Amino acid sequence: MRRSLSSPGLIRVLIVGLALVLARPAAALVVEEEFVLGPADAAPVLRILSTTDVSAARPFLEAFHNANPDLSIRYTVASTISAYEAIADEQLPFDLVISSAMDLQMKLANDGHARPIPHSAAIDAVPHTARWRDLIVGISVEPVVIVVRSGAFAQGKVPRTRRELIDRLREDPERFRGKVGTYDPATSGAGYLFASQDAAFGSTFWRLAEVIGRLDARLYCCSGAMINDLADGRLLVAYNLVGSYSRARAAEDPRLLVIEPEDFTLQLLRTALVPRSAANPDAALRMLEFLLSERGVTAINLVPGQSSVLSTPSGRPGASRTIRLDPGLLANLDRIRKDVFLRDWTAAMVQP
Amino acid sequence: MTDTAAPRSLPHRLAAVSLGGSLQRKLIWQFLAAAAVAALTLFLAIRVTADRAAEAAQDAVLAAATLALSEGLLAEDDQLDMDLPATVLSMLSAMGEDHVFYRVVLRGQTVTGYEGLALPDTIPTGNEPLFYETMVNGTPVRAASLTRAILFDGAQTEVQVALAQTRHGQAAIADAIAWRAGFLGIGFFVLAVPMSLLAARAILGPVGEVADGVARRGPQDLRPVAESVPPELAPFIAALNGFILRLRLAHSRTETFIAEAAHHIRTPLSAIRAEAEVALHQAGDDKIRTRLRRVIRSAEECSRSASQLMDHALVMSRSEQEVRGPVELGTLLDGLVASMRPTAELRELSLHWQRPEHPVVVLGDRLLVETALRNILDNAIKYSNPDDAIDVLLDVSGRMARISVLDRGRGIARADLASLAPRFQRGENVRDIVGSGLGLTMVTEVSDSHDGVFRLDPREGGGTCAVLCLPLA
Repeated sequence: MRRSLSSPGLIRVLIVGLALVLARPAAALVVEEEFVLGPADAAPVLRILSTTDVSAARPFLEAFHNANPDLSIRYTVASTISAYEAIADEQLPFDLVISSAMDLQMKLANDGHARPIPHSAAIDAVPHTARWRDLIVGISVEPVVIVVRSGAFAQGKVPRTRRELIDRLREDPERFRGKVGTYDPATSGAGYLFASQDAAFGSTFWRLAEVIGRLDARLYCCSGAMINDLADGRLLVAYNLVGSYSRARAAEDPRLLVIEPEDFTLQLLRTALVPRSAANPDAALRMLEFLLSERGVTAINLVPGQSSVLSTPSGRPGASRTIRLDPGLLANLDRIRKDVFLRDWTAAMVQP
Repeated sequence: MTDTAAPRSLPHRLAAVSLGGSLQRKLIWQFLAAAAVAALTLFLAIRVTADRAAEAAQDAVLAAATLALSEGLLAEDDQLDMDLPATVLSMLSAMGEDHVFYRVVLRGQTVTGYEGLALPDTIPTGNEPLFYETMVNGTPVRAASLTRAILFDGAQTEVQVALAQTRHGQAAIADAIAWRAGFLGIGFFVLAVPMSLLAARAILGPVGEVADGVARRGPQDLRPVAESVPPELAPFIAALNGFILRLRLAHSRTETFIAEAAHHIRTPLSAIRAEAEVALHQAGDDKIRTRLRRVIRSAEECSRSASQLMDHALVMSRSEQEVRGPVELGTLLDGLVASMRPTAELRELSLHWQRPEHPVVVLGDRLLVETALRNILDNAIKYSNPDDAIDVLLDVSGRMARISVLDRGRGIARADLASLAPRFQRGENVRDIVGSGLGLTMVTEVSDSHDGVFRLDPREGGGTCAVLCLPLA
């Protein structure tokens, strides 16, 4: 099960190797990208393990490096599961873990793999909904969106809510058959998190699942593949995509239209924690302070679709549903619960 | 002459007292100790109660969550289903962002959850969860466990669920309450400090009042203490009053004895004097006449002393009885001057007395006032030289009646003034004149018992000015 929110094809600064297996036999950190700022052999190194692509992270990494030239940065990108295992199972000496997998971050903190972050004015300024204990701090927030191909719906008929989307799909099943895509919750951790959060907010989700199941929905492992297919025209509607990637692609491609559902829009937190295995936790704290400083906030807000936890989130304020950062997320990782959920999901997808 | 410095400068109230520990200090310390114990008890009671209440509340939530978890377990043939609502876990963490751990065990196998969460030593039975303490990843947690029977694989099978949480929230609440309880206890104690001071003062107040009342008394005041006192002080005051009564009895017995003795001496003395005078007339021998004159003089001296002793005893007894009435000083002095005139003329002194036009009335004991004035006049006559004049004046000065007796006698040295009041003290320059030393003592005592003032001043051009002021009626 590999979870990734990365999108291939964006600017790669330094690719050490895809599917690179580190020397230790048991240690299987799959590094997707690596980016080094400053002299690689310099004594103080800040090692960041992240699930955010280098392209999206570069603005704040460079801004931080300019402010702290004494510190070199080794920024390692991995899938969410790989990043979790690197800390939970292997205790690799990363100083900071930034991940969009809120459930896995919560599990790391709950299981005692995170180091308490000392109180500071910057950290106390983060809203309570965006931090847990003194172990996890939210960095940025981004909406979970629907992306449609422009022209998929008639003028003025672009759906604004899930109900409207269900109605449009039902009105013209032949047009949308095989042209609706979403995450496969069985293979994508993010997809499962979004789907189960959707399901928790009401019965609309299961009605939608029935409808797209009947339309032979296509299931994806990652955002990037889905957006590529949208751009190619193989898909007309993609449901539950991560806002930052979608906005970034939509900014370049006018055929893509990003919709933040007005009934409710899930907001996903990208969170940071300092692992117990950190070799240089002070450097990690400097990075955290920077990310929550004015310059850090500006750098984060540069990425389309993404906003700092200290900024007011986009979209209709009443529709925002930030995924709760608390041990309730652990339920998301429960094997039996997931099995039950996936049985229901498969029943909706595969219809006689 | 006695030493005038030490005993006289000490007021009569200040007798030496041997001091033990202060009662007030003892009371304050005991109050403060009681307050400290009360504050500490308050703090501990609040702390323990708050701790228990917070734990009970948290346990209730944990129990409900464990029940919800166990009720979510369902078996379909050989498949175990679990509805694990995220809100159950969220709820457990809500109070203090606590860590949450759970575990489901079926036939000894962990089906889901944390392997690291230990199950209780005894297998819980019944519908109520079993609470226990354990550690997960080195963190102490409070756990609850419950066993449930489900139909699994065609047979009734027991599933044991365990749910645990850290108690950061409870600790935070207990800490917050402990702080408040601490401040409350300190506040209580701080309030108790001035209150215990006030209470100690209030309790000991009556003692001070009685002491002040007794200390303020005149030297002859031997009345029992009449102020109402708290019952706790009653034995002390009763003992004091008993003592005063005994003292008074002893005192009056002494005075009576002296008066009796003086009286018994005076009569035979008169006889001796009369006989000696007759003998003087009849004697021809000059030596014998000189001796007889000495006898007469001694008898006179003796008789005079006896009279004054009687007068003094009278003053002492009457000043305690407080027989008071209006006394018109003009009339009184009329009679007194008339009665003294023969004695004065015998010594070739002229007495000048002019009664004022308006009556001058004071409130007092007529007999005592008369005795005092007679003693002043007697003194003036006694210490004047032949052919001198003695002026007796009566006027009103403010709220006082003023009687002044002015003579041209030998006067009083300034140094003697203060020392003349006590009994049997006499001036340094009157050794040659008959006197007991009781006269001025009596005047002073009468003056004191009437709230008056008695003063002896040297007179300009020689002599003495004796002034007695008494309050007007």
